[in-house]
Amino acid sequence: MTAAAPGDGNAILVADNIAVRFETAEGPITALDDVSFTVRPGEFLSIIGPSGCGKSTLFNVIGGLLSQHEGVVSVAGEAVSGPHPSIGMVFQEESTFPWRNVIDNVAFPLELIGMQREQRVERARHFIALVGLDGFENRYPGELSGGMRQRVSLARTLAAEPKILLMDEPFAALDEQTRLLLGDKVLHIQQQLQQTTLLITHNITEAVQMSDRILVMTYRPGKVKRIVDIALPRPRTSAIVGSEDFGRYVAQIWNDLREEASRGMREEESHALLGDTTP
Amino acid sequence: MTGAAIRAPRTGRYDWAPRLIGLATLIGSLLLIEFLIRAGIINRYVAPPPSEVIASLYRIVAEEHVLRRFAFTAGECLSAGVLLTVFGVAGGVLMHRFKLLQKACETWVASVAAAPLVIMYPLFLVVFGRNALTIVMMGFISGLPPAILKTIEGISATRKVLVDVGRSFNLTRGQQFWKILLPASLPTIFVGVRLGLIFALINIVGTEYLINYGGLGSLITDLAERYDLGGTYAAICFVILVSVVFFVALEWIERWLRPAD
Repeated sequence: MTAAAPGDGNAILVADNIAVRFETAEGPITALDDVSFTVRPGEFLSIIGPSGCGKSTLFNVIGGLLSQHEGVVSVAGEAVSGPHPSIGMVFQEESTFPWRNVIDNVAFPLELIGMQREQRVERARHFIALVGLDGFENRYPGELSGGMRQRVSLARTLAAEPKILLMDEPFAALDEQTRLLLGDKVLHIQQQLQQTTLLITHNITEAVQMSDRILVMTYRPGKVKRIVDIALPRPRTSAIVGSEDFGRYVAQIWNDLREEASRGMREEESHALLGDTTP
Repeated sequence: MTGAAIRAPRTGRYDWAPRLIGLATLIGSLLLIEFLIRAGIINRYVAPPPSEVIASLYRIVAEEHVLRRFAFTAGECLSAGVLLTVFGVAGGVLMHRFKLLQKACETWVASVAAAPLVIMYPLFLVVFGRNALTIVMMGFISGLPPAILKTIEGISATRKVLVDVGRSFNLTRGQQFWKILLPASLPTIFVGVRLGLIFALINIVGTEYLINYGGLGSLITDLAERYDLGGTYAAICFVILVSVVFFVALEWIERWLRPAD
């Protein structure tokens, strides 16, 4: 196990002392407090925590969608003050454009930079094949399953060739089997592209299956509780979930999370009893 | 993992059934009315038998120049439709963009949508004169509110995650509008334009009728005054035809703009 190390000189992404406070009718709420960590190039880091620990808030801060925060996020030494071209985001909610077919969805970022139609179609086909959707280029999102739509979103984000792939519980709405198989697909892509990846999740299995390190967060205010190195061999697939070492990591992380999740549940119950609807 | 939940492609196997049932319902209704009139249950001096209306169709084409009048009314509708689409969508976008404007005007626009504007035709006559412009403006003003309101509704209902995707790709405000907000809200905007066209057509034909000028509305006045009931109802059939033409055209444009729907 290692502690957060914002001073890591090799880091491609540094989050230094991030804090987010919201004003609510019941008074100020600290969603995140003193969150610091680094991500090295090519690394797969997962951030895990109980519901309400500020994972999605952290996702928005790193992605530049939430500017009102304390602390600094920097990419390759450059401080980020808004959405940054080096960071590609995959959202939890289904986010394909229903009016565009698969190829036009994936080619969207290439269209924005003014790439010629022929060229961008060719590039888009490459990323569609990478996520295993060849043959579906002309289908519309409404004709695809939830897992396939998430793969279209992933391909669209990858088409922009970001240095860092930032994903917020992208498989949360999918069934367990699809989730494991999509995990394989993401792992395969990450290893093939050596893509630096930051995954926000509340699923321990998913985090252990994919990550080099896992950052465990506390319940509100979200703080870094521990960073766990996952020393499982690579390349990995979902077959690893049956191994003894895998089970040991899952148990270890659940041990850390259980206390936080219980605290969160107790606080939410007491808020509910008092009629307080603060999230 | 590839297509567990892929929607089955449309086979077209039952495409004919709704059309056939619709046509059969129409023919059945006409036969029923024909029977009721011939049996004396409905007074034939109030409503002519459908067979008489059908027989009058050729007569009003040959003697009353109905096709020219049809083109005149359709032209007025087209002009009002273009105007209400351009100004309605632009107005809706502006009101969505400037919240103060929306808060200040939305209720008024909604009130105008519910008002019987056709009774204001004397004012329009004074302003524009007894000509096609008065009729087009009556159609335009009456069709404008739904186009504005539905545009606001469509843009407001755009899923936040789609806007966030745009933000994550660093879209400019203009790109955000043209590439995300507008296409996402198109289905709702089309509902507004359709409603606007309904209001416009009612007011256009109504104004033609009231000021006895121009196309089909004016012809209906003439035929009604001559107590040519068969001809009057045949002319009303052409008004319905104008409506059908515009709705088919709108549907076609919508499919062209949003082929996925």
